[in-house]
Amino acid sequence: MQRTEIVQRLRGFIIENYLFGQDGGLKDTDSFLEKGIIDSTGVLELVAHLQESFGINVEDEELTPDNLDSISNVTSYLARKLNLSEAPAVPSGAQNLMEKRS
Amino acid sequence: MSTPSVVSAPLLKIDPARETERIVAAVRDIVFNQLKRKGAVLGVSGGIDSSVVAYLCVRALGKERVLALFTPETDSSSDSLRLGRLVAGTLGVRSVLEDISPILKGARCYERRDAAIKSVIPEFEPSYKSKIVLPNLLHGNRYAIFSVVVQSPQGVITRARLTMEAYLGIVAATDFKQRARKMMEYYYADLNQYAVAGTPNRLEYDQGFFVKNGDGAADLKPIAHLYKSQVYQLAAYLGVPEEIQRRPPTTDTYSLEQSQEEFYFTLSLEKMDYCLYGRNNGISAAEIAPLAGLEVAQVERAYSMIDAKRKVARYLHAAPLLVEQTVL
Repeated sequence: MQRTEIVQRLRGFIIENYLFGQDGGLKDTDSFLEKGIIDSTGVLELVAHLQESFGINVEDEELTPDNLDSISNVTSYLARKLNLSEAPAVPSGAQNLMEKRS
Repeated sequence: MSTPSVVSAPLLKIDPARETERIVAAVRDIVFNQLKRKGAVLGVSGGIDSSVVAYLCVRALGKERVLALFTPETDSSSDSLRLGRLVAGTLGVRSVLEDISPILKGARCYERRDAAIKSVIPEFEPSYKSKIVLPNLLHGNRYAIFSVVVQSPQGVITRARLTMEAYLGIVAATDFKQRARKMMEYYYADLNQYAVAGTPNRLEYDQGFFVKNGDGAADLKPIAHLYKSQVYQLAAYLGVPEEIQRRPPTTDTYSLEQSQEEFYFTLSLEKMDYCLYGRNNGISAAEIAPLAGLEVAQVERAYSMIDAKRKVARYLHAAPLLVEQTVL
């Protein structure tokens, strides 16, 4: 899986779940909290989505805005969790994981 | 830039005699002139806020026009009823005891809550005690995500982070408690042609620490403009029993003892007072930090949290929205 795919999937989830299908010009760097897109309950929903859809376990100490407060932040966080390199190549482990989940 | 004179003054100090006079006049006007009701009913929990409102209502309306309601349920602390009775007895007002446990059992409040807890702690049984808690804001820049803490009859404590479904399940079920209480308050209000006096302080009112159509519902809220420390100043002036003034504020909603700090505010109420005051008055985090005993970064996080909770509270405060305004 590439970062662009993560971004695409995250955007789809955010727009569908929190913006009721209207993207409203949402930028990848927009803060979810500052824009009023996600509150503390919304963070729980986002965490559940990441765990279920990307097969990761979000640890307590990872529940920070640096990891979860924008599409860009979540993408970087997921890339680290899935051991994706900056290059577009897809690590076999992550690919297998996603295939199992899909 | 804020003026140093503002922060060097005793920020939250009030003149309790003058403030009492102001509130008493307002309560009398609201109840008798604006609402045209013959008195006030309020839930008296043995906590500082409801005690102060009871004292103010008696001063405003007379003790014969105030009804104190005690609404304990299965998870309530026995102290709540004892101290509530102490307030009513000291003031000489009429009081009524209504155990709301049967209403809650009928609504399957406990059953629904327990099922939600069990979804994250499978060994949980109804005989266990439980509460939900937030991490302290001082522990770094983390989201305030709830955990559930349970204690077995043998004293074994287990903690688990809540999933969204479990969190919503627990909160939705326990909200029956505040709504059942409010239902009883309005029963007695209707019976006596009284108004319902709500008891939130400013932290609770501003930050949405109430249940919509539960404890958030009332006809008047006499201390919603007062910071918590100001409520304590009024309590001392009004002569609220010492034991109530010394009692740590709790939610009295969960069977394990739970502070308001761990349930909602994530900071001590004293620190929250300073932070909310600072936020409301445009005082920088750097100036509030030494007064609140916090680091600047912690005050900045508190300011962000205050803003975030206010956004959530807008829905809680909102009256029903109409498609078209009607003439009333």
